[in-house]
Amino acid sequence: MTTESQTHGEHHDPPYMLIFFVLLVMTLAEVGYAFLSLPKFWLGFGLCVMAIWKALLVAMYYMHLRWEPRKLWLLVAVPIPLVIILITAVLTEF
Amino acid sequence: MSSHTPALQGNLMVHDSTYEPGIQIYNMKLGMWLFLLSEVMFFTSLLGTYVILRFAHPDHFADPGAVLNVPLTAFNTFFLICSSVTMVKAFAAIQKGDQKGLKLWLLATILIGACFVGIQAIEYGALVHEGFVPMAAKYHALGRTGVEGGPIVGGPLYGSTFYIMTGFHGLHVSIGVICLTFVLIRAMQGHYTLSDHRGVELIGLYWHFVDLVWIILFTIVYLI
Repeated sequence: MTTESQTHGEHHDPPYMLIFFVLLVMTLAEVGYAFLSLPKFWLGFGLCVMAIWKALLVAMYYMHLRWEPRKLWLLVAVPIPLVIILITAVLTEF
Repeated sequence: MSSHTPALQGNLMVHDSTYEPGIQIYNMKLGMWLFLLSEVMFFTSLLGTYVILRFAHPDHFADPGAVLNVPLTAFNTFFLICSSVTMVKAFAAIQKGDQKGLKLWLLATILIGACFVGIQAIEYGALVHEGFVPMAAKYHALGRTGVEGGPIVGGPLYGSTFYIMTGFHGLHVSIGVICLTFVLIRAMQGHYTLSDHRGVELIGLYWHFVDLVWIILFTIVYLI
């Protein structure tokens, strides 16, 4: 465990505050974007892209996924196709 | 954690110093990640249900801001993101062996997390007062429109799906606050050190996941 802690601590300190400001700005941008007069499809698409981007930032930097072994990335990626299938497959019903 | 573990290639045992078995993380962390991935599927099922019902019965639902308090919830989102920062600061502190920093940042995370739940409870109270309850046939958007008697909007599905999704998330946050309190107590007892702070890392993973889920939920439920 000592080795793992030391290994984890060897990388440079992640830019936590920078990520925080990016998340803050993106949250404000999302709220502003939601009330633009755009077609519903582009509103939803733009908001989903921003939400996924924010989620990725949290996962990569705050959950330290960026510095985890690639095998863990593979494990984390497993539900993603299932999520996509579940959401998009039912969308095609309407 | 490299080791001189022999690897089997064909019928030959090859001594390769770079061979690393498994996923190369400790078991508890792997367990936490597996749990979080199962939670991903749980929240996906709730969101998928919401998407299906919204597309099937758009008359049951309202436009963003018509019923739900978007500015208050945006502020609450900011709060939860702040708590993610304090949580990661707590982890960074114990990585450097800073016990005082660990306790202070954990306390900050607990307080902000509790505030998030409190604000959500206030939001629920206001919505219930306006008649926006699960399975309500119709409800008046009193607060949002500022007009007495407000427009009559929506149907039973909106309230049901809203409270199920945000309620389960709020439950996860509440459980997270309780677990963080437990971790803080252990930190005050000196259980976490520079060389072993797995408990802090694990609760951190859970807390950031809760924040990540809210980022998605806030967008889909409040803004779309």
